[in-house]
Amino acid sequence: MTIEELEQIVESVRAENAKFDYEVNVCMDLACASQGSEKLRDALVKAAEASGKKVMVRRTGCMGPCSAGPLVRVDPEEILYSHVNADHAGAIVSSLGGEPVPSLQCDLNEHFDKQVRVVLENAGHIDPEKIDDYISCDGYKALMLALMEMTPNGVIHRITESGLRGRGGGGYPTGLKWSTVAKAGGNLKYVVCNGDEGDPGAFMDRSVMEGDPHRVIEGMAIAAYAVGASKGFIYVRAEYPVAVARLTTALREARRRGLLGSNIGGTTFGFDVEIRLGAGAFVCGEETALLASIEGRRGTPKPRPPYPAVSGLWGKPTLINNVETYANIAPIVRNGGKWFANMGSERSKGTKVFALTGKIANTGLIEVPLGIKLWEIIDVIGGGVPGGHKLKAVQTGGPSGGCIPAEMLGLGVSYDALMAAGSIMGSGGMIVMDDTSCMVNVARFFVEFCMTESCGKCIPCRAGTAQMYTLLSRFCDGTGTMDDLELLEDLCLTVKEASLCGLGQTAPNPVLSTLKYFRNEYIEHIVNKRCPAGVCNIQAPVEVLA
Amino acid sequence: MRKNGFARHALIETLHTVQSSFGYLDDDAIRFVARSLRVPLSQAYGVVTFYHYFSLKPPGKHTVTICAGTACYIKGADKLVAAAEKRLGIVPGQTTTDSQISLTTARCVGACSRAPVMLCDGEVAGEVTTEQMLEQLERWAVE
Repeated sequence: MTIEELEQIVESVRAENAKFDYEVNVCMDLACASQGSEKLRDALVKAAEASGKKVMVRRTGCMGPCSAGPLVRVDPEEILYSHVNADHAGAIVSSLGGEPVPSLQCDLNEHFDKQVRVVLENAGHIDPEKIDDYISCDGYKALMLALMEMTPNGVIHRITESGLRGRGGGGYPTGLKWSTVAKAGGNLKYVVCNGDEGDPGAFMDRSVMEGDPHRVIEGMAIAAYAVGASKGFIYVRAEYPVAVARLTTALREARRRGLLGSNIGGTTFGFDVEIRLGAGAFVCGEETALLASIEGRRGTPKPRPPYPAVSGLWGKPTLINNVETYANIAPIVRNGGKWFANMGSERSKGTKVFALTGKIANTGLIEVPLGIKLWEIIDVIGGGVPGGHKLKAVQTGGPSGGCIPAEMLGLGVSYDALMAAGSIMGSGGMIVMDDTSCMVNVARFFVEFCMTESCGKCIPCRAGTAQMYTLLSRFCDGTGTMDDLELLEDLCLTVKEASLCGLGQTAPNPVLSTLKYFRNEYIEHIVNKRCPAGVCNIQAPVEVLA
Repeated sequence: MRKNGFARHALIETLHTVQSSFGYLDDDAIRFVARSLRVPLSQAYGVVTFYHYFSLKPPGKHTVTICAGTACYIKGADKLVAAAEKRLGIVPGQTTTDSQISLTTARCVGACSRAPVMLCDGEVAGEVTTEQMLEQLERWAVE
């Protein structure tokens, strides 16, 4: 495969598409599929055949505003229809070439206007199971460009210049990580993609893997070229069977096209990728635990250093990046580091995909430039809190993150600002809570999560989270005291300082941030034995015998 | 196993294949896998018990899985779990005595925008109400 051959494919896809007058794109992502988009597609195909119009019905990945699903977009007019079901297929097809169907049309301009799509640029536009669709959207061009015209160092330089930081949550500069692995000795190196999206309440990585799998593979191949690796692994949660299937198809197609395997693009560079399944362990999102799991062992973390960049899979230098990080690579290589660095804020460049969920009108996937104010996400893109309720807090970073109170909506969303507010960027879950959520209960939920997910290797995490859970449960059932509160704070700091890996070190974050911003709710539970949100089931105080 | 060249590091993949064929992993299966891949039985058993996804008990005829991710929790998944527990008389991770229905919870299936979510034999249903869930359980119970 050469650049010329890629261009030939682009031409042939264009010629193929030109045969049709209209493109009807149906979102087949999990949220829409669970509402019958499969049937809808079949109905559209039938209706299109019956009408005699030249219509192409295409299945695509997630279009974004899942709460309006199932979604259908008609191109080239770019008309978006929401809440479509199979009965509407006839109306949509007969409207082609005329006026759109008014009852189905949805106005989400505000929702889309604030967004900038880099990672999700193809989502909703291509069929994830067709490599030619991806190639026709500049796919694999970046890989060819890197192989033909750039040195490995040149690629790393471009990534460094872009200012891209790890999208898995930690925010480690990607360029720096790559150059560490590139400098490491030895001729056997590995590239690993972390697709173990453990954060409950986040599904960006799933959408990228399902909606645009080739983007991840291309990113990994470029990374392999840059650091000198020849073998890659994608670690995917077993809870995402569709992602596994799509990636498997994508890998097969890429091999068939000669974009994976040996002598890629006629060069000496060879690279192939294998899929590894997770099996339901949150801790495996931690890089050393993930490596242990790929090796077929229990996913327990190891103390660092040595970092995986020096000694990773089977003791070899290993590059680990998140799905979204890899998804950013191809556009950066194609458009240059400066292009990417122009987006975002001072120290957090580019865009970030968030899974906006919880008590908000427009739930779904969004991609925004970093530095965007939190209120813009909630009020403008998200459409505010429904049902006349009042926003209470926004939770980011999942069980490792914290709750940002409604008063701090002026906050610019960046790695550093979120860190300063006691939360973290995390992988991109953003959960909106209104006045019906009890913050003590929320803290207990996350601690319970960390408690059951703790691998048990180090004591601060294993025993600490269990004790934190006991203390929080006391508050929730109204038996806690002010001494317990003090003990809890003390314990949080111990767990934070003394735990081995990221899971334990960040497990107290939800508690600490709610203590910081919603202390009065804790006190209300302790002193007045009352849950302000009416969530906790506090029994009438029982007389305690002395 | 052959697909992965009997590689030792493909232990988890192999166990996945066995579980998806038989529904669960019994002692014989774990022994067989360990012997075939030449990994110590202790390691195989350790892996099986470490990961939540593997089950040592046979599942019921039908499985209802309630998502316990954050978004679902905020939207009241705990009420669904409580209602299911009450109806079936079992706690998550158990199967009814007539082996009809298993109740499990999951750590996020990634359909958070339609929370609360449940899976009925692997089919995702979003924005579930307690009534809808109980209806489904009733249908299975009389089968």
